Amino acid sequence: MGRYVIRRLLQMIPVFIGSTFLIFFMVYALGDPVSALFGDRAPDPATAAQIRHDLYLDHSLGAQYLHYMKNIFTGDFGTAFSGESVIDLMKHAFPVTIRLTIVAILFEIVIGIAFGVITGMKRGKPVDTGVLLLTLVVISVPTFVTGYVLQYIFGVQLKWTASSVSPSAPFNELILPGLVLALVSLAYVTRLTRTSIAENTRADYVRTAVAKGLPRRRVITRHLLRNSLIPVVTFIGTDIGALMGGAIVTERIFNIHGVGYNLYQGILRNNSPTVVGFVTVLVLVFLVANLLVDLLYAVLDPRIRYA
Amino acid sequence: MPEPSNPLDPEQGPIAPGGGYGGGFDLAAADAQTLEKKPGHDQESGGPAGKPRSLWSDAWRDLRRNPIFIISALIILFLVFISLWPGTIATQDPLNANLAKSQAGPEAGHPFGFDQQGRDVYTRVVYGARASVTVGVCATAGVVLLGSVLGGLAGFFGGWWDAILSRISDVFFGIPVILGGLVFLSVVSNSTVWPVVGFMVLLGWPQIARIARGSVITARQNDYVQAARALGAGNSRMLLRHIAPNAVAPVIVVGTIALGTYIALEATLSYLGVGLKPPTVSWGIDISDASTQIRNAPHMLLWPAGALSITVLAFIMLGDAVRDALDPKLR
Amino acid sequence: MATSAEMTPVPEGAGAQQSGPLLDVRDLHVEFRTREGVAKAVNGVNYSVNAGETLAVLGESGSGKSVTAQAVMGILDTPPGYVTGGQVLFQGQDLLRMSGEERRKVRGARMAMVFQDALSSLNPVLSVGEQLGEMFRVHRGMSRKDSRAKAVELMDRVRIPAAAERVRQYPHQFSGGMRQRVMIAMAMALEPDLIIADEPTTALDVTVQAQVMDLLAELQREYNMGLILITHDLGVVADVADKIAVMYAGRIIETSPVHDIYRAPAHPYTRGLLDSIPRLDQKGRELYAIKGLPPNLLHIPPGCAFHPRCPRAQQVCRTDVPPLYQVSTVRASACHFWKETLDDAGTDQN
Repeated sequence: MGRYVIRRLLQMIPVFIGSTFLIFFMVYALGDPVSALFGDRAPDPATAAQIRHDLYLDHSLGAQYLHYMKNIFTGDFGTAFSGESVIDLMKHAFPVTIRLTIVAILFEIVIGIAFGVITGMKRGKPVDTGVLLLTLVVISVPTFVTGYVLQYIFGVQLKWTASSVSPSAPFNELILPGLVLALVSLAYVTRLTRTSIAENTRADYVRTAVAKGLPRRRVITRHLLRNSLIPVVTFIGTDIGALMGGAIVTERIFNIHGVGYNLYQGILRNNSPTVVGFVTVLVLVFLVANLLVDLLYAVLDPRIRYA
Repeated sequence: MPEPSNPLDPEQGPIAPGGGYGGGFDLAAADAQTLEKKPGHDQESGGPAGKPRSLWSDAWRDLRRNPIFIISALIILFLVFISLWPGTIATQDPLNANLAKSQAGPEAGHPFGFDQQGRDVYTRVVYGARASVTVGVCATAGVVLLGSVLGGLAGFFGGWWDAILSRISDVFFGIPVILGGLVFLSVVSNSTVWPVVGFMVLLGWPQIARIARGSVITARQNDYVQAARALGAGNSRMLLRHIAPNAVAPVIVVGTIALGTYIALEATLSYLGVGLKPPTVSWGIDISDASTQIRNAPHMLLWPAGALSITVLAFIMLGDAVRDALDPKLR
Repeated sequence: MATSAEMTPVPEGAGAQQSGPLLDVRDLHVEFRTREGVAKAVNGVNYSVNAGETLAVLGESGSGKSVTAQAVMGILDTPPGYVTGGQVLFQGQDLLRMSGEERRKVRGARMAMVFQDALSSLNPVLSVGEQLGEMFRVHRGMSRKDSRAKAVELMDRVRIPAAAERVRQYPHQFSGGMRQRVMIAMAMALEPDLIIADEPTTALDVTVQAQVMDLLAELQREYNMGLILITHDLGVVADVADKIAVMYAGRIIETSPVHDIYRAPAHPYTRGLLDSIPRLDQKGRELYAIKGLPPNLLHIPPGCAFHPRCPRAQQVCRTDVPPLYQVSTVRASACHFWKETLDDAGTDQN
């Protein structure tokens, strides 16, 4: 196990470098951070050159990247063009997005697995067909459409929730946004659980459990679910990273000042340090989440041994 | 009603590489149990006159009887038609603005009402199909082509080539799609569809590559492929004749579903302001414009959003139906 | 040591227990309702087993032998499988008329099953100890600790070496033979009165087959259990079975004490099965094979289901379903021409 973790950590290095460099390249080489600073005005060449020098932009791209990464690992994510340090922005943004992600994951676990178990056990019945069609619709309708529709229904028409979230973003205001963020994954969780349950209900070991005279409840929870939920748990695990990066649309709809909001503003305003800083952290979260999921897999399924 | 569909796996998640598609008929290994449960499935019974049932003819027979397949195929044909000749069902100009009618509701000749700038919503919905279908088709073609070539070669040759390719595709998997799209398109963007298509191909190919790689590896291990190799079949012959046909089915299924998701992605990027740009008529742009007016004029949002959703749904349902037909498991 | 009869609640009409057979299956019908149509998997099966007796049920895939066992055990997949008629009398009680909960208490405790493929029949993510202990926890309400001790004891009994350590291991860490021993231990756990073993050695290496079969027979003697051995392997049957029931297309077509059937089969199908065993003294001779394929259960041929493949078929076989003719006091055959078949066997012997 230890050796496996080390090997995986080593494998993460090129992926980390590749992803961050790609973003770095797009932001710093394809875009022009300095002209963005001046907006529509043409910058004075001397000032521009001075800024370039201050921001380390007069070096080659590779050198810039190394310089940047060196700073990151000493805890310096740079300063946004607005004058705030990127670390400060993160300190405000990440807790909000983490809360939002927690709400979304809870929806996936509770509703997704419940629907999946019900449909998997009642395959071919009307409830199964109905839920399946619903999941297809949910997967098909883009998040920004469902977001506005739900916001319109619950926020504007029914007035159950505020239609936009206050800056402190407490949990109770994040319920609807969390649902919107979770919806597509929730549909996947439902379908994945259903397939998994359906495959396992016919498994020999479930038949054995019945033949042992176990009560139906125990057959389902201890034998059927214990096995069927392994792929579901790993899916939800990998989804954590994806949800945090994918919250851009949801955060825009509900005006939540989280990671996605900061990224979106950063990209539109060409605020390069913000963008690269946030993306770097997101990539790390994504990679670590994937590693943890793989390790979790070995815990849940004793047949898997990493050497 | 045929047995309900067996689910669509999450794309980024556990799609078993090639599992269950190519050559998955495990009749030889069927134990007493399955034979007793499924009488009449003896493939050998086809005498000299009986044509052996193939994966494809079986699948086609199933599909023709599947109402979901028929409905989604008809929707898609209709979409292709109106994106080629939108003028046949919408006679007005999608760019023709009449500010006096801003946000007005439906009236004679304008069944869906008007948008913020007084343009006819119906006409814009019809013309919007072209952008979506173009992006979807081009992106899918590119992704499938690039992905299956790279993935297929990686699976076939293995070794270093495979290791490097796997790491590269890890890099692309590590970048959230919308985030990557925002960054990429905010710097390389013009008013055509090509930057959007290019971005989708750039980020989409690893998905197909993984599937192609998986099914090639599975196919390679089949006994008949080993036998062909032992008989001295060359690499290109092996790839084209024995391995490619096995890898095609899963790639088609995932490609169809991906086409739907690319259309949704284009709309999302356009909504975020980095995808297609006016004057291109796109559902995503119209939804974005309408979203600020949702309290006053919900119809502006409703129609393009509905058209977009139905389009994506049609492709996803088609892929789902094809998957069911090609996957003999869970029947 | 308490016997199982004392530990399990005594059923109503327990007086019948002493006189009647342990298990008496009467006119059992099972069908599978599939998309292609209704498959009649079991069509009026009768058999009985006494305590301490071994009944071998013989037949090809699709003959209905496993389905019958699943119906007896109450583990038929419903849907698509349905029991549509008959009785399953176990110690005088009709299992088919019990409530689900009563039936569950019989399963595992009073009758147990050993499956063919132990690897897939054991839960891959639970340790062997948990799976064995579960029997005691559920049926006997034992604590986790006590059930663990019982599991080790059971593994010792089926001669799994180093039971105390291996009890923590998972099924995939055992060899095929050891896994099948675990299955047997699980079936034996509560000392049931009847064990149904469905092809218990088919998935094993030949050398291991004999060991597992011996273990099963030994345990049967020790606890005086009834044993139903479902197999397609005539070689296994000869050593351990007391009597044989041969199944074809969901029917019993011959029943007989084991030695009589080897000497002289009374049904052409049994004859074909016996002739298709390779024998050392017939080296060089071409091996016999029954021509054709087993019938499609969606369309069972009219008359005798075996007639399309039978060398002895006459017009009557195509129209009339043969009843089970009494061949002797202990034998029966469902063939219109059982006499001729039996006579042939006599003359053919040398």
